[in-house]
Amino acid sequence: MLDIQDLNVVFGTGRLRVEAVRNVSFTVKEGEAYGLVGESGSGKSTVLRAICGLAPITSGRVRVNGKDVTTPRTKDFYRTVQMVFQDPYASLHPRHTVDRTLSEPLAIHGEKDAEARILQALKEVGLGPSFRFRYPHQLSGGQRQRIAIARALILRPKVLLLDEPTSALDASVQAEILNLLDDLRRRLGLTYILVSHDLAVVAHLCERLLVMRHGEAVEETASDALRSGKASNEYTQSLIQASQGFTRLPSQPAPAKVG
Amino acid sequence: MTKPLLEVEDLRVRFHLRTGTVEAVRGVSFRLGRERLGIVGESGSGKSQTGRAILGLTPPPGEVTAKRLSFDGVDLLTASKRKLRELRGGRVSMVMQDPKYSLNPVMTIGEQIIEAYRAHARASHAEARDRALAMLEAVKMRDPGRVFSLYPHEVSGGMGQRAMIAMMLVTEPDLLIADEPTSALDVTVSMEVLRILDELVTERGMGLIFISHDLKLVSSFCDRVLVMYAGRVVEELEARHLRDAKHPYTQGLMRCLPTLADDVHPLPTLNRDPSWAL
Repeated sequence: MLDIQDLNVVFGTGRLRVEAVRNVSFTVKEGEAYGLVGESGSGKSTVLRAICGLAPITSGRVRVNGKDVTTPRTKDFYRTVQMVFQDPYASLHPRHTVDRTLSEPLAIHGEKDAEARILQALKEVGLGPSFRFRYPHQLSGGQRQRIAIARALILRPKVLLLDEPTSALDASVQAEILNLLDDLRRRLGLTYILVSHDLAVVAHLCERLLVMRHGEAVEETASDALRSGKASNEYTQSLIQASQGFTRLPSQPAPAKVG
Repeated sequence: MTKPLLEVEDLRVRFHLRTGTVEAVRGVSFRLGRERLGIVGESGSGKSQTGRAILGLTPPPGEVTAKRLSFDGVDLLTASKRKLRELRGGRVSMVMQDPKYSLNPVMTIGEQIIEAYRAHARASHAEARDRALAMLEAVKMRDPGRVFSLYPHEVSGGMGQRAMIAMMLVTEPDLLIADEPTSALDVTVSMEVLRILDELVTERGMGLIFISHDLKLVSSFCDRVLVMYAGRVVEELEARHLRDAKHPYTQGLMRCLPTLADDVHPLPTLNRDPSWAL
């Protein structure tokens, strides 16, 4: 479905040149969920942005459905690939109602039947028709993220790019959104690329994942391997350890320092 | 048990708004010794407002009442502003969530630490400078001299947070309130920051209130945990016994987190019982 080979993304020139992504390659099969994990500055979000045209592809190849993407991306591309952003407080227009937010992609792509499609999209993300004429400030964080997902799904894309879709949400709301994403993937046969700093979230939703650091791929591994603690890479190990919570070092007793 | 450092009894924080009165904190009571106390809850549970109320930092239309709110024998509710200023940043200090917003952007990190120190201690500029450098070293800055002369925008989030911790600890407080000190940081960096806090608590015998939404983190870091929901403490327990939590809210919060250890589909979600908020 998605084939990314030797992707490089460079911002700026000269002294300000930053190689945000260096030689990253991976492929995602149809119906698969693929995770990108790493800390801030690891380039994981930039990979997503490069795929959907929000960041330049300096060199390398991005193929969707066997075809190289063009810059600027075509309308057809956006029918296949849609993105959900991290912060639902920032990604919805504060002065547009849910109805207007959802009807915009339909209008751009000349879709008919907007009314029915909007109601359908709301239903898919578990919100009732009563949400249709609300403004974002009248919604909770979880509801906003549901609207952002509905907006991405309304064109019936095949691929969803999810950029930290739950990290701005409370734990209990995160569980609801993760369940929703799981459920939608099964029902609609979607392909996901999920970016997150949270290993547990990625392992929960994805089958395979790529660990990134400083713009480079560190290790590609399967979630099952992570679970059984079979990460070969030291950096991945440190991420796994950090995700288990705080651990006191064995050198804990303070008086040990005397002398 | 020795005399507690901080005693809070029936703390309430109210906001009188046009649309009515919102009670953000509704009768919170606890005592704190020289230990690590965690306060956990989701957004809107009143955990941050509890921390702020202790320091008298409740934003203006807010009203704070309590049967008792005392720090080491000083009644914080009736204390003069002058007395409060003396305590704040001196014997009690607070680390905020995001170093980007809580450091002064037009002052170097070193000058800010010196300012904090000299506000509470009689010291020459040179003495204060030595203290600040020592403090930057204590929070594991690789090159304290360089960080000293940098502006906040020139350092990374992790370094900024450590600089803030240095600033808050330079006066050697007895109580540190840390409001989500690591949630703006990467996992590995936040472990480093926690390790520094942990060392300082054990070495100096400081009391720590650690406010966070992250149950897993708090239970692994603190000695005791208060779980807040809708402005109340619904459960108080020893951190290592978190697995045996009794309250359905705490249990629900524990269960709804995806873990590496087991693969549950779908994740159990939290069914909020209206009676929890009563």
